[in-house]
Amino acid sequence: MWLAVLLGAAGCYLCKLAGLSMPARVLDDPRTQRIAALLPVALLAALATTQTLTTGQQLVIDPRAAAVGVAIIAVVLRAPFLLVVALAAATAALLRLPE
Amino acid sequence: MDDITPPAPPGGCGPTEWATRRRAVLRDALAVGTATGAYGLSFGALASAAGLSVWQAMVLSALMFTGASQFALIGVLGAGGGPAAAVATAALLGSRNALYGLRLTAILQARGPIRLLAAHLVIDESAAMAVVRTDQRSARLAFWATGASVFSLWNLATLAGALGARSFDDPRVLGLDAAAPAAFIALLAPRLRDRDTRIPAAAAAALALALTPAVPAGVPILAAAALTVLVGLLRPRRGTRS
Repeated sequence: MWLAVLLGAAGCYLCKLAGLSMPARVLDDPRTQRIAALLPVALLAALATTQTLTTGQQLVIDPRAAAVGVAIIAVVLRAPFLLVVALAAATAALLRLPE
Repeated sequence: MDDITPPAPPGGCGPTEWATRRRAVLRDALAVGTATGAYGLSFGALASAAGLSVWQAMVLSALMFTGASQFALIGVLGAGGGPAAAVATAALLGSRNALYGLRLTAILQARGPIRLLAAHLVIDESAAMAVVRTDQRSARLAFWATGASVFSLWNLATLAGALGARSFDDPRVLGLDAAAPAAFIALLAPRLRDRDTRIPAAAAAALALALTPAVPAGVPILAAAALTVLVGLLRPRRGTRS
């Protein structure tokens, strides 16, 4: 865990420093711009999907799917961030109660 | 805070006008810091749920200090991914901070150790607050004030969230495992309204899901990243949108 924490922190710092040090030519390239705009969204979407529908290497449908469904409805209704997160957590927690 | 009034630059605005602008910038910076505090709270709690110690959560918030990368790192680790996959995912998400640097270099004109410090504060919020200012002095103040405000409140909130979640044996009882993807979706929502972003994001998500049963944890996310880079390289954006 510590290895990931420290190396990850170093990697992210170097990204930031690179931006303040890089020749404008590289960062100005439309392909760089496009990829950098797209990457975070696509990665987080992939992460959210796997966190909702997989356990280890198995695809599963459990209370998390219902909870994220509630979260999506809340987002569409433009609920504030904390409310979205709280609703999802509450849904999953409630559905697990009978266990 | 009011004792450090910088002299008005030649050709700049007068002292009264600057005082007004400065107050507006500082107020916005505090508001943005408070808002990100809420994310910090959930980050601290989710880091605990993913198996990180309070110290590890704190070090991430202090040293990595870029929210999406932090959430992703604990997401990959929590799903059983290795450190390499976790670090690669975090760094890929952090790559957008490099782009902010391009705009900020001209605004900050920081050199030496100041530049090293400035780099640490380059995040979505500080960049967004700086680039919308009309004069350079306000922009510079906005960057530093927002960076400092977000940094303080983000770290305090992380500690509170991590300690709060620690007081429960199994965070799943609180539904925290569902809170993580919900947080991502809430973060992404404004970006997903754009069709050119939504389709590649859906493709990345589908690929990661399809690969999960077949490859080790962490790899599906990296494959999704590779697909996204490919899409970005190959698909020229039509001029009508730019």
